Amino acid sequence: MTVLVIAEHDNASLKGATLNTVTAASRLGGDIAVLVVGSAAGGAVEAAAKLAGVSKVLVADSAAFGDQSAENVAAQILAVVGASGASISHVLAPATTYGKNVLPRVAALLDVAQISEIVGIESADTFVRPIYAGNALATVKSADPVKVITVRTTAFEAAGDGGAATVEQITPVADCGLSKLLGRELTKSARPELGAAKIIVSGGRGMGSGENYQAILAPLADKLGAALGASRAAVDAGYVPNDYQVGQTGKIVAPQLYLAVGISGAIQHLAGMKDSKVIVAINKDPDAPIFQVADYGLVADLFEAVPQLTAAV
Amino acid sequence: MKILVPVKRVVDYNVKVRVKSDGTGVDIANVKMSMNPFDEIAVEEAVRLKEAGVATEVVAVSCGVGACQETLRTAMAIGADRGILVETDAELQPLAVAKLLKALCDKEQPQVVICGKQAIDDDANQTGQMLSALMGWPQATFASKVAVSAGKATVTREIDGGLETLEIALPAVVTTDLRLNEPRYATLPNIMKAKKKPLETIKPADLGVDVTPRLTTLKVVEPPKRSAGVMVADVAQLVLKLKNEAKVL
Repeated sequence: MTVLVIAEHDNASLKGATLNTVTAASRLGGDIAVLVVGSAAGGAVEAAAKLAGVSKVLVADSAAFGDQSAENVAAQILAVVGASGASISHVLAPATTYGKNVLPRVAALLDVAQISEIVGIESADTFVRPIYAGNALATVKSADPVKVITVRTTAFEAAGDGGAATVEQITPVADCGLSKLLGRELTKSARPELGAAKIIVSGGRGMGSGENYQAILAPLADKLGAALGASRAAVDAGYVPNDYQVGQTGKIVAPQLYLAVGISGAIQHLAGMKDSKVIVAINKDPDAPIFQVADYGLVADLFEAVPQLTAAV
Repeated sequence: MKILVPVKRVVDYNVKVRVKSDGTGVDIANVKMSMNPFDEIAVEEAVRLKEAGVATEVVAVSCGVGACQETLRTAMAIGADRGILVETDAELQPLAVAKLLKALCDKEQPQVVICGKQAIDDDANQTGQMLSALMGWPQATFASKVAVSAGKATVTREIDGGLETLEIALPAVVTTDLRLNEPRYATLPNIMKAKKKPLETIKPADLGVDVTPRLTTLKVVEPPKRSAGVMVADVAQLVLKLKNEAKVL
């Protein structure tokens, strides 16, 4: 039995979410093989081979994989599963925009269900996953021969180094030619990524404007070495780009400290951050629902309290 | 050019669901149901493409119980031209829905299928990608901007860390993210007009699709509750607590 983990990477290095996915794979029993589908992906392959618990790294390297299109990556995964002669029992990918984009294609073409965003593993065929924005946890059992699974990364620790996997080059599939990447605009920031940050400073509609958001929250985030996040309300109001969004339809985070500033606490937002270790809420409305999940609540005008906090930490 | 828009009837966005005490699921009896918000964005986008003269017909499809007719009427009030209900009382999982939609795509031959990226009940985020794979079409998921012209679509996608823009050949599947558009409110005249638009009802068996669920739900429980902590008087006290009690600073 082999668990195939789909590496998310930028060719030069592995994305952190891959490490959490490897940990989930290790709970299933069986060998772990990591598949790197990329173009000149030596850096990512080297990092994958060092991961504790990984016995094999399969590498499909082709210029056609430079775009990481869902169509091509899914076709490569299918080829690997097909060539394994039914020895692959599980295919796992992180529940990031990358994994969510690719994996349902694989499940559909294998004619199996996908089990999305698991947060727990009961056995090799039984998994726990949140539904209704995390307001309920469902335990589901799969009868399919191959389990295709995306993994909520905050629910599993990152795998460490210490492995020495063998690296095997495999024949890349032909380019499907269905899609062409015209360009990427990635938010450049010296701050940590939302998914990996130990501290997150997050702002909501209470910030009032994008200028206020930057002027008030950025200095605090910089002082704490924190990532910046936002509620959907702040994103919808245009204060910050969508990739700042924490919540049911944005990013799911679980940092050591989550500072919610001017966020009322809609259930969709809580769904994205309620697993944080410590939650602090600063809001001028004492009845804001965010206070019901906060470890520490401060009813105050954020325009006064946050600069004070920045000065005090 | 025809656009197909699948719409799902789900528990309304504003309802906080309760888990049934016997652990078999969530209680949806007497709960307000609405169109999945991402599907509403999908209908709006399709209708805008029609209004812009790019599309000629917008067909809304829903799979599920008879009451999904209401969801289809809502789609037609926004501007869809007709509705198709694939009626069944069976539990439908994303793979089954993708197969039903494939059968309809084979019949209707749309150039674009616009789906919501995920339904807010099962949070699966699968159906659009599965349909695209089953059709052998390209996909552009999590779209925040869509332009369609001469056999291709240019789609800007929301990805972790920013945006990417794809050019895909048609036919194709697009799934919507929140910022693609703001759906209009259906006006009363349009709600009345929607009642007269054609709505066809068929069964999964008519499409030759086996919808048997692949996953069995063993139990549904409430997540561990997070209890409210303490209120602090001022910033100084907050900093002290974070340093000494929570030890996170």
